[in-house]
Amino acid sequence: MALQSLDIKQRSATTTPSTQVRETIEIAKLIDVSACIGCKACQVACSEWNDIRDEVGNCHGVYDNPMDLTAKSWTVMRFTEVEQNNKLEWLIRKDGCMHCADPGCLKACPSPGAIIQYSNGIVDFHQENCIGCGYCVTGCPFNVPRISKEDSKAYKCSLCSDRVAVNQAPACVKACPTGAIQFGSKEDMKDYAAKRVADLKERGYDQAGLYDPQGVGGTHVMYVLHHADKPDLYAGLPANPSISPLVALWKGFAKPLATLALAGVALGSLFHYVTKGPNEVSKETEDEIEREDKEEAK
Amino acid sequence: MTNHWVDIKNADLIFVMGGNPAEAHPCGFKWAIEAKKNRKAKLVVVDPRFNRTASVADFYAPVRPGSDIAFLGGVINYLLTNDKIHHEYVKAYTNASFLINEGFSLEDGIFTGYNEEKRSYDKANWSYQMGEDGFVKVDQTLQDPRCAFQLLKTHYSRYTPEMVAKVCGTPKEAFLKVCEYIAETAAPDRTMTSLYALGWTEHSVGSQNIRCMAIIQLLLGNMGMAGGGINALRGHANVQGITDFALYAQNLPGYLAVPSDAEPDLKTFLDKKTPKLLRPGQMNFGQNLSKWYVSLHKAWWGDAATKENGFAYDFMPKLAGASDVLSIFDQMYQGKINGFFCQGFNPLASVANKKKVGDALAKLKYMVVIDPLATDTSEFWKPHGEFNEVNPAEIQTEVFRLPTTLFAETTGSFTNSGRVIQWRWKAVEGPGDAKDDTEILAGLFLRLKEMYAKDGGAYAEPIQKLTWAYRIPGKPSPEELMMEYNGKALADVTDPKDPTKVLVKAGDQLPSFAMLRDDGSTTCGNWIYCGVWSQAGNNSARRDNSDPSGLGQTLNWGFAWPVNRRILYNRASADLAGKPWDAKRTVLKWLGDKWGGNDIPDMRPDAAPEQNVMPFIMTGEGVGRLFSLGLMNEGPFPEHYEPFETPLDANPMHPNNPKALSNPAARVYKGDMEAFGKAKDFPYVATTYRLTEHFHYWTKQSRINAIMQPEQFVEIGEELAKEKGIVAGDKVKIRSNRGFIKGVAVVTKRIKALDVDGKKVHTVGIPIHYGFKGATKPGFITNTLTPFVGDANTQTPEYKAFLVNIEKA
Repeated sequence: MALQSLDIKQRSATTTPSTQVRETIEIAKLIDVSACIGCKACQVACSEWNDIRDEVGNCHGVYDNPMDLTAKSWTVMRFTEVEQNNKLEWLIRKDGCMHCADPGCLKACPSPGAIIQYSNGIVDFHQENCIGCGYCVTGCPFNVPRISKEDSKAYKCSLCSDRVAVNQAPACVKACPTGAIQFGSKEDMKDYAAKRVADLKERGYDQAGLYDPQGVGGTHVMYVLHHADKPDLYAGLPANPSISPLVALWKGFAKPLATLALAGVALGSLFHYVTKGPNEVSKETEDEIEREDKEEAK
Repeated sequence: MTNHWVDIKNADLIFVMGGNPAEAHPCGFKWAIEAKKNRKAKLVVVDPRFNRTASVADFYAPVRPGSDIAFLGGVINYLLTNDKIHHEYVKAYTNASFLINEGFSLEDGIFTGYNEEKRSYDKANWSYQMGEDGFVKVDQTLQDPRCAFQLLKTHYSRYTPEMVAKVCGTPKEAFLKVCEYIAETAAPDRTMTSLYALGWTEHSVGSQNIRCMAIIQLLLGNMGMAGGGINALRGHANVQGITDFALYAQNLPGYLAVPSDAEPDLKTFLDKKTPKLLRPGQMNFGQNLSKWYVSLHKAWWGDAATKENGFAYDFMPKLAGASDVLSIFDQMYQGKINGFFCQGFNPLASVANKKKVGDALAKLKYMVVIDPLATDTSEFWKPHGEFNEVNPAEIQTEVFRLPTTLFAETTGSFTNSGRVIQWRWKAVEGPGDAKDDTEILAGLFLRLKEMYAKDGGAYAEPIQKLTWAYRIPGKPSPEELMMEYNGKALADVTDPKDPTKVLVKAGDQLPSFAMLRDDGSTTCGNWIYCGVWSQAGNNSARRDNSDPSGLGQTLNWGFAWPVNRRILYNRASADLAGKPWDAKRTVLKWLGDKWGGNDIPDMRPDAAPEQNVMPFIMTGEGVGRLFSLGLMNEGPFPEHYEPFETPLDANPMHPNNPKALSNPAARVYKGDMEAFGKAKDFPYVATTYRLTEHFHYWTKQSRINAIMQPEQFVEIGEELAKEKGIVAGDKVKIRSNRGFIKGVAVVTKRIKALDVDGKKVHTVGIPIHYGFKGATKPGFITNTLTPFVGDANTQTPEYKAFLVNIEKA
């Protein structure tokens, strides 16, 4: 049973209705890229609060480290050097789960209750229900979830749902020394962002703006960008993220199925098999699942 | 810092040069971001690299490592030629109008009085013209060609924008843009804060880099103002604290001078060191030296310090000569030192020229390492592959490791860069056999004392009679120590104006250094800390963050030295009549009968404006010094000199005078001059620095820091990388004339080749932090590369500018 403050909005592969009685506030984390100094305090705080420690890696010729998100690095700073109008900029973006309002991972997930969206907007993975199929990876328009090689479960930023549940800001927010990461109601965060955008425009960033992409219904992690017209500059932040049509298709057939839970169990061994190979689900497997689905739907 | 961390939020312009606060001081840097967000402040960065601070700056300009004086001299020239100075301030609050001795001049880069053989100056002529009244002669019109203002103008007239571009490699337009930003703060109600750190100090001209900024801030009228000042960002939570407590051997606690053999008795010492009054009616606060010094002796030797024995003046060790870090390791290298206590210090990694330091340590009979960690230094004798190639069979140094607790495992205080002393409480017990540093030192002292008592020894008295009145002698508590630093009254302290009035009762803790006496009736372990633990209790433990000023002054949070003053020279934040230059940021104002406002006045509280008591109370003249007399070893005005390892054949400002190539007054030891590399063999300029992911040589021992930045890297520009066929991620070898290191190449747009004096100069950036001990990937020690030469005043090594070559490993 979830905490009251973590009222559930929707669960993966579940069609029974979620609770609807209580009203909770929609929250958001705002990352003001223009105030971020790339100190990685957020990475450290994330590791400490969540008890995860990645490998001590190597330097790969850049400031980034760890180089990518992993099952043990739920947030990483991505450093990009760009030259715009003869001016050098070092864009530093904190990457991690965006907590989409319309979460592709949850839609794609075949395992009941492995992915939860709380009514406050947080999208959380419940690893005890995860079957390690990797569908969330395919479903995510931001390439965020990672499957652990140790336990074949998917991991990503939880927006510190445990902290938020007891009225605390996420660990990264708490650790950020410059206030580049803000946390509050989504409404307040939008207001705050508007002020920052106005300031940036005054400083000559005409295209400054808020990143809250509507293709995924908006996100609960948003960015203030100096160049909101070119999110791609920030280590490939997608300009118009949307859920892969494949996931939409799969979801479209699955939705009316009250028996999806059973199907999930039946397919469990197959999914498990899949994850023993590469973490990405192959197109063939995808098609196969879809075929089976169609048959079942008949 | 003349101001404090929170005060940065009050600035209109945050000027960062010689530091990289976003990288090295991320927590304090939040106040720069606050100023940007809430005051629309601008952030300007001048640095050899487009660094993390530059990533959030409004404007960035590149500069060649080691050319800061040329740049800042250019700024001074810009302000003077474009008349962008705060006239009223400059005229009243600086020594602009003071007449300088006729004998002083600069000839082709060398000031008068130079002795080439001794590499030092006779400073007799670097002085004021004295009038018959015993005071300095002044010309209030600032027109006399010998007044400091005119000399300053002439001196910096050579630092044209063209010359700046030529010496620094900074494009002229970028330099002028920076000047425009700075010049805006000449308005009385606009301020610039200067944030700097080791990027200015770690040069053979380090102190003069900072002097340049002192001149600039005086010209702009930014000293004493909220959002102004010169702010040294100290590198460690408590490095201000250790400096206050005599980190440098030439200082006693509270920056008191250490006596030498040239001062055989207390009277001679005090006569020599007490500053003279140079202008009528000024406070000349330094005249109280005898009170601070005698109270220190009373704290240390108690009843054994009597009026008759000059308060045990003979007990104080006399400075035998230079005792800075380079001098100590040079003496060790020459085999003149047998034993070395190495406490909280990893010199093999952190002192320049690792090879020389390692060879020096090998000449010791014993070394005691007092540290929470197994440092590289403690294993200097142990082979670690190519990272530390030594032969233990040839090293006879016996090494003892005494494990100590870390900061979170002890109670005590930190003094931050803003001079705010903050008490902290132990969070956890230390591991294993770790003991507090104080317990280890107390144990050593008590055993030594016992040995002297039993076996005798040369001059045992200073040890036998040292005050040691701690409840548990082997474990002095942090509370007892802080109370001792603060000091107390040994007899009733009375009002000098009314001896019947008792100000402090005998036995009470003193409220301020104003109560210190030189008759032996008070003790004080560090005069600038007096007040930190008064009768009211431990003021450093106060945690009231209420801020009625809105300026972040928070006078009831901790305790700032001196006397809880948050902004030094704050009298200068108001005009001659005592009216704040900027009423919205009032620090101090004249209330009609006394000074008041939002800080502790840096002024006699009842000194009415018409008495003309000037704001710089620690100087004998009461004003800030554009001309610094003989206080700096290389001259009263900063002059550009090349780093000891320079890519140029000559100083572009003095192309025909080889004597003026590098700092003429910097000390160079035998053998070290030969160890300097030449540009033909080592064509690239190297500079070393810290990364935000690590703290010095500590956190390489911490896994989580190691994850964030696991391995030594080296930053080079794209152009140099292309020339050398190096791509990002390649392993590269960097050589200086003293050795080599290897690292992973980071190829970046953020370091550009600069056009210096017609020559293309590439900069190679080398982070420190790595070594052969720790959780990070085992690596070389960066200071293998750095030259063993320091600033002429502080002897801080020139870590920031030297020559290397680079190749694919």
